Amino acid sequence: MGSILTTLRLTKGRKRLDITDILSYFYLAMGVIIMFAPVVWLILSSFKSSGEIVKFPPRLLPFRQETVMVEGYEEPLPLYVITFDDGTTQTLAQVRRIGLEAQMIDPANPGEIIKVNINQRQPVEHVYFGLENYIEGIESFDFGLYLWNSVVVTVTATLLTLLFNSMAAFALSKYQFRGRQTIFIIMISTLMVPLSVVLVPVFLVITNVGWNNNLMGIIVPAAATPTGVFLLRQYMLTIPDELIAAARIDGASEWRIYAQVIIPLAKPALAVLTIFSVMWRWNDFLWPLIVLSRSEYFTLQVGLASFQGELNVQWNLILAMTVLTLLPITLVFGFLQRYITTGIATTGMK
Amino acid sequence: MSVQPGVKHKATGSTNRPFNSLYDLIINLTDMFFSLIQRIVGLRNMPYIFVLPNLLIFGIFILFPMLLNFVYAFTGGSSFTPFDRPWVGTENFDRLLACENYLDPHTCNEDLFWRSVYNTIGYVVFQVALMVLFSLITALVLNRKIKARGFFRSVYFYPVLLSPIVVSLIWKWILQENGLLNGIITSLGYDKIPFLVNADWARSLVIFISVWAFMGFYMLILLAGLQAIPADLYEASAIDGANPWQSFSKITLPLLMPTMVVVLVLSLIRAVQVFDIVFAFTGGGPGTATLYIVQYIYNYGFSSPNKLFGIAAAASLLMAGVLVVLTIIQLVFRREEN
Repeated sequence: MGSILTTLRLTKGRKRLDITDILSYFYLAMGVIIMFAPVVWLILSSFKSSGEIVKFPPRLLPFRQETVMVEGYEEPLPLYVITFDDGTTQTLAQVRRIGLEAQMIDPANPGEIIKVNINQRQPVEHVYFGLENYIEGIESFDFGLYLWNSVVVTVTATLLTLLFNSMAAFALSKYQFRGRQTIFIIMISTLMVPLSVVLVPVFLVITNVGWNNNLMGIIVPAAATPTGVFLLRQYMLTIPDELIAAARIDGASEWRIYAQVIIPLAKPALAVLTIFSVMWRWNDFLWPLIVLSRSEYFTLQVGLASFQGELNVQWNLILAMTVLTLLPITLVFGFLQRYITTGIATTGMK
Repeated sequence: MSVQPGVKHKATGSTNRPFNSLYDLIINLTDMFFSLIQRIVGLRNMPYIFVLPNLLIFGIFILFPMLLNFVYAFTGGSSFTPFDRPWVGTENFDRLLACENYLDPHTCNEDLFWRSVYNTIGYVVFQVALMVLFSLITALVLNRKIKARGFFRSVYFYPVLLSPIVVSLIWKWILQENGLLNGIITSLGYDKIPFLVNADWARSLVIFISVWAFMGFYMLILLAGLQAIPADLYEASAIDGANPWQSFSKITLPLLMPTMVVVLVLSLIRAVQVFDIVFAFTGGGPGTATLYIVQYIYNYGFSSPNKLFGIAAAASLLMAGVLVVLTIIQLVFRREEN
């Protein structure tokens, strides 16, 4: 503790740690707990067995009872520490439990059955991070399929977004043509119209196009993001027009100019848009919820939502699947956080 | 990333990596197609070809539905196809707005609509106030000479990346009857709190959770605004003998005002549209305690047995009106800022 305070005191350029510094660090520490502890708790809980997860009060770490294989019994038997009336303790394996009485045996001496009151036994446990919930969740609730759907939607929608948005941004930044301003303004103004306002007619359009219960119904409409066009256009405006003129003199077609001159130079902006698009599509909920009603087309988000709405919620499986759902985005963030935070700070959009 | 020395890079930026040769192959193939198009439409019309895919998707899935919304709002019946719907004029709006006493939802024709309106107003007021307050405090703290600033910034921002479903599940798990929070409360000797059953708790928690989930986003914008304030202003004021409070109220606050307004309006617009987190967290309950406007629209358009598209569309147009006003306010302020 003392060494921490000493290091804190050696702050840049200032002589001592004053009260506002202490308050700042206190605020930040509280913030870290409030912002991050819920996620840590989720992850720890996701490893708990179905029996452990309903225990109250809950324990911090996932525990699992130790078991032992005893000759003559096919299943492994759970181990308990028994406190006898005279105060001595012994580790025994439980054969069965009848009401308030448990029948125990000594693993070293399996012949003799010892009957004890269930209040006298304490389970022998150790901390255990098992993948059972994950495996069972993926197998039994089609989460493998939802995961696949989510990956398909995210990857194809992002590729289409990059292609269509960069094409539009190229035209809007590098050409003079009639209607350019109008098209740009129409696109940008729809930034302000949230999907929630046009829910009903969007559903009609999707139905008439025949994309109800079709992943195309989420991939294609999402590809034309106004944010992406805006972001790429602003970036492409900074690319000098001389490059295009030179390529044109060399006989390059307009498509070649777009694909081999502009796109390589717009890579930083494309990277930011890629991150945004992955984030948007992976987390999309309202649109997939409207378009998809058959469970074989559910994305992870819709699948999780419908799963948690079912009766007899199996929290251990839900929590494991929740962790799987947030894992990809967390990894992306872990590797690219600098780009994400600066990207958002400079564009002011999410 | 191996770049062979001596190989001169073409202006196209292509190297000999397999990805790039694949990219070149795709370009060569697609170029045959687009060169043909360019020959047909001519160089002058190529920009239209470039905006076409984006514009088409836009028109079909965003602009056209926006126009259709008006058709739905002014027609009645239960039919989904616009042609089969009889014109009813402003009947849907009249129905939504018919109230004996606007302060009491019970006296309204569509009492659920007004309940959702009042719920939304309450939510918006508290959520936006807390959102701006906490994102400002956090941004101010992070703008100080703080160790490990990048770490703290990432931690505060992390929940922004989580999906609404994940956010609501995380908190449901913590707040459920036998959850972590009730475990802590009982271990301190108090009774369990029915967080998700009690209407007041549900309302407050929905606000808390949405602040938790989005605060990092506004904090980043405010932090960028703070870092754009020139440091020499503070140095000059320090030389003039200003105390920290004076430099905060006379330099930081006025210069941060434009960013604050952007944050305020963005969070207002988003708060009015609150849906997915609440949908997954409380489903609008208990009762109608957390029923907000978008969920009202969703319920009428999609989940109720007799779908009243006209009412849903009319309600969404009323909400769109509010959003347009908010957006115009924002644009005015942004213009002033520039």
